[in-house]
Amino acid sequence: MAASDYDVAIVGGGLVGVATAWGLAREGCRVALLDEGDRAVRASRGNFALVWVQSKGLGLAAYAGWTVRSSNAWTGFAATLKEETGLDVCFQRPGGFHLALSERELEARANILNRLHNQPGIVDYKTEILDHSQVAKMLPDIGREVVGASYCPLDGHVNSLRLFRTLHTAIHTRGVKYLPSHRVESIVREGGEFRLGTTQGEVRAGRVALAAGNANMQLAPMVGLEAPMKPERGQIVVTERLRPFLHYPVVTLRQTDEGTVMIGDSKEESIDPAGLTLGVSATEAERAVRQFPLLANVNVVRTWSAIRVMTQDGFPIYDESETHPGAFVLCCHSGVTLAANHALTVAPMIARGALDKTLVAPFSARRFHVQEAG
Amino acid sequence: MFKRLGETASIVTIEVDGKTVRARTGDTVAAAMLAGGIDHCRTTPVSGAPRAPYCLMGVCFECLVIIDGIGSRQGCLIPVRDGMRVETQQGKREAGR
Amino acid sequence: MTGPSDLSSSYDLVVIGGGPAGLAAAALAARAGVSTVLFDENPGIGGQIYRGITSTPIKNRAVLGEDYWAGASLAAEAKASGAQIVTGATVWSLDPSRQVGVSIGGEARMIQAHRVIIATGSLERPFPIPGWTLPGVMTAGAAQTALKAHGLVPEGRVLLAGSGPLLWLLAAQLLRAGTTIETILDTTPRSNWLRALPHLADFLLSPYWSKGLALLREVRAKVPVIPVQRLSAHGEGKLQHVEYQSAGKDYRRQADMLFLHQGVVPNVNLANAAGVAHRWSERQLCFEPVLDVDSGSSVSGISVAGDGAGIAGGTAAVERGRIAAIAAVRAVKPSASVPDPQSVRQRLQREELGRGFLDALYRPADMFRLPEGETIVCRCEEVMAQQIHDMAAKGCEGPNQMKAFLRCGMGPCQGRLCGLTVTELIANERHTRPADVGYYRLRPPVKPITLAELASLPISEAERKAVER
Ligand SMILES: Cc1cc2nc3c(=O)[nH]c(=O)nc-3n(C[C@H](O)[C@H](O)[C@H](O)COP(=O)(O)OP(=O)(O)OC[C@H]3O[C@@H](n4cnc5c(N)ncnc54)[C@H](O)[C@@H]3O)c2cc1C
Ligand code: FES
Repeated sequence: MAASDYDVAIVGGGLVGVATAWGLAREGCRVALLDEGDRAVRASRGNFALVWVQSKGLGLAAYAGWTVRSSNAWTGFAATLKEETGLDVCFQRPGGFHLALSERELEARANILNRLHNQPGIVDYKTEILDHSQVAKMLPDIGREVVGASYCPLDGHVNSLRLFRTLHTAIHTRGVKYLPSHRVESIVREGGEFRLGTTQGEVRAGRVALAAGNANMQLAPMVGLEAPMKPERGQIVVTERLRPFLHYPVVTLRQTDEGTVMIGDSKEESIDPAGLTLGVSATEAERAVRQFPLLANVNVVRTWSAIRVMTQDGFPIYDESETHPGAFVLCCHSGVTLAANHALTVAPMIARGALDKTLVAPFSARRFHVQEAG
Repeated sequence: MFKRLGETASIVTIEVDGKTVRARTGDTVAAAMLAGGIDHCRTTPVSGAPRAPYCLMGVCFECLVIIDGIGSRQGCLIPVRDGMRVETQQGKREAGR
Repeated sequence: MTGPSDLSSSYDLVVIGGGPAGLAAAALAARAGVSTVLFDENPGIGGQIYRGITSTPIKNRAVLGEDYWAGASLAAEAKASGAQIVTGATVWSLDPSRQVGVSIGGEARMIQAHRVIIATGSLERPFPIPGWTLPGVMTAGAAQTALKAHGLVPEGRVLLAGSGPLLWLLAAQLLRAGTTIETILDTTPRSNWLRALPHLADFLLSPYWSKGLALLREVRAKVPVIPVQRLSAHGEGKLQHVEYQSAGKDYRRQADMLFLHQGVVPNVNLANAAGVAHRWSERQLCFEPVLDVDSGSSVSGISVAGDGAGIAGGTAAVERGRIAAIAAVRAVKPSASVPDPQSVRQRLQREELGRGFLDALYRPADMFRLPEGETIVCRCEEVMAQQIHDMAAKGCEGPNQMKAFLRCGMGPCQGRLCGLTVTELIANERHTRPADVGYYRLRPPVKPITLAELASLPISEAERKAVER
């Protein structure tokens, strides 16, 4: 590829990278999307597909606002994608539940939500604590052991694998150059452009956006940025396809538009993506059966584990380099929820060449130093 | 379809979608259905197309049926029992059965 | 019937699969005094080749042939050896620490094995032609199982199609049972003869050739064999007719039953999920585990024996089972007396002599491995060939990304019936080799278990904490 062939090179073809690539292409940029190969550690293939608002932002109020913004943008985002590709990502926002299986769990829930919503500067939206009978009105199949739930009307979900495919289809149509098996090993800035050394030769671009998930930790310092990460493994259990029985997502259990039920949300400090702890799957299954006893006889057809992209404090990082102008870093855990923001808000900023401080200043990695000093 | 090579001594009866089917002790549910002239055992959860046992060795999962009220059982691995109730499975399975 | 409560919590040796390899392995190990359990998910032992060997209703020995009945002594030996043999037992999980997850009658158990021999054998290579999902279209292996285990024979207008020794064996067995086969549609490319010729000398020394030739004569005397270059099945709701092309001309033929076969390939699911390294075999066009001379895999304490280790046939499987068992016995009970593995290897070499010729001669044609257009590739999720071509053209490089995009391989069969096709289609579209494309990465459960079974497994405090917050 000749030097000036790309305005922006994005490193990482997961949900963050591909949503940003699409957004940049819409702004008229010539984009290269560099990715690893088939067996890459890709959270975008292993996530839980929630577009989730409740309980986000305890410890960083701005994150709640950022999340609500994306949740509100999702309907339009999904519609645009459908127009461009004909593919329906099945975004729905019926409101979502977090079920409690004991009074202690319910109290802990209420407590977290209280602290969250009492933070200064927090965006105003509704979450409620419901008791068993209130929950049963909307989720008639819950088990007796469910004592209650928190509920937030802004919560929703999508078909995240179809989202991943739809975005890949859309960037293809919009002329983004997708370069799989181009693992980036070095990045230098020379003569006003970035040279990315990959396993398949050099790629040059005017700007570079790092969206390589946990690998941003190694890549960011190459362009004067930082991304302190703390990867975490999550396991998910998936059932066979069932007739629709559950019309709202639960934070640990949802029925997809295809009919399968996904059960998940474990957290382990392992970074071995190949490993699977059966006892963790067993716990997920055991709680699922207590929450929805009618699932007891249903067949589990797959399990998987994936590594969450997790910054050290759990909040996103959006930053631009002072030493290497034109270099950006994007890291977040909730790449599905925030996809609309990445495509519609962050990508245009990168296209303009500067992050909009009024929106993303709280997410600079500089916050890690402030905390150390304090 | 299939026919039996000879009459067998030991016969059980099972019910398939309400119809009585005679089977040999030692038959699997799928074999009994094939011998009983039942031309498909399920419709798919994706397009609703009819499917019948394909491999009879437990790898293809085309033989999924409802046995005694429990869905998605692999008919080619489960031996018949006298009085067993078998139903063809239509589309997606219903949770709870 | 053995239930989950009759099992110990640990064994020196767990053998998974009760075909010739597993039976031979379990018998040898148990006789050497090693505590051994053998699991098979079928209601009876014998595996594919000896299916129904302890219970078949077929009384006339000539129908199935003497090679089949040889399985009876193998089964009897295993039963007499002291190995615990559990049928109706599905192994759905195996991890590198050799924890074995098994499900019996709807109840799951975890068992610790000191050594594991995976002897899960092979399955028939996918045969993705238009209409292969119609009721009335089955594998040749299915017809054989119906005959061996249940004494069932197909009726109506019966066609066989494909390539390979098993197709001819099935034809002969059906004919001996009195079935009328209308035609055999032979998909073997003529050019294969040229490729096979260099292996002819070896083949003539092997036990295969005289048997094979007799079989061909027996079948050809009764059934017309038509070489075909194209094949499809058609019908409303079930098979009604077959279309094919022969010598450049198109034909159409009424049919009630069509049995397809184009060879067998290792059933890699369990080994793959256990983390065993595999490699592409260009000779057999499939993935096979990477093994040492003792059948040991890349995962310590886990070996693979029989056709699951690469296709070599039933009698070779017996010897391969013994080789794996000898290594297991030596590891857990060095004082026990075992046969000299060298002599077993020599017997194995003799069994394997004819393989090169058969692999070359019956190498399935590209036409029948690389489907196009609306032909279904993934039967479970109903993914079509064209969709795979399109995604590969957009830069999707491998089966794992393909699975995420199109759901192929995500249904209950977990890629067993589409995995090789998907890999080969991607390789073809991207002008690279299947070895570079790779295979699905699989995880337990490799066979479905219920949520309640999964919920019943032992859970540690740390594991509970990873979920409950
Ligand atoms: C168990 C689990 C559940 C989740 N549930 C949800 C949810 O319900 N809702 C939600 O919003 N989010 C959820 N997420 C998070 C969501 O999936 C991620 O936020 C999103 O996938 C992150 O996208 P990413 O692009 O940052 O990382 P990934 O998707 O991991 O992609 C990173 C990409 O970068 C490539 N790469 C890495 N290094 C290099 C290099 N040097 N050169 C080139 N390419 C490189 C990788 O191959 C990969 O393709 C979940 C995640 C997990 C693991
Ligand atoms: S017929 Fe294939 S699994 Fe039962």
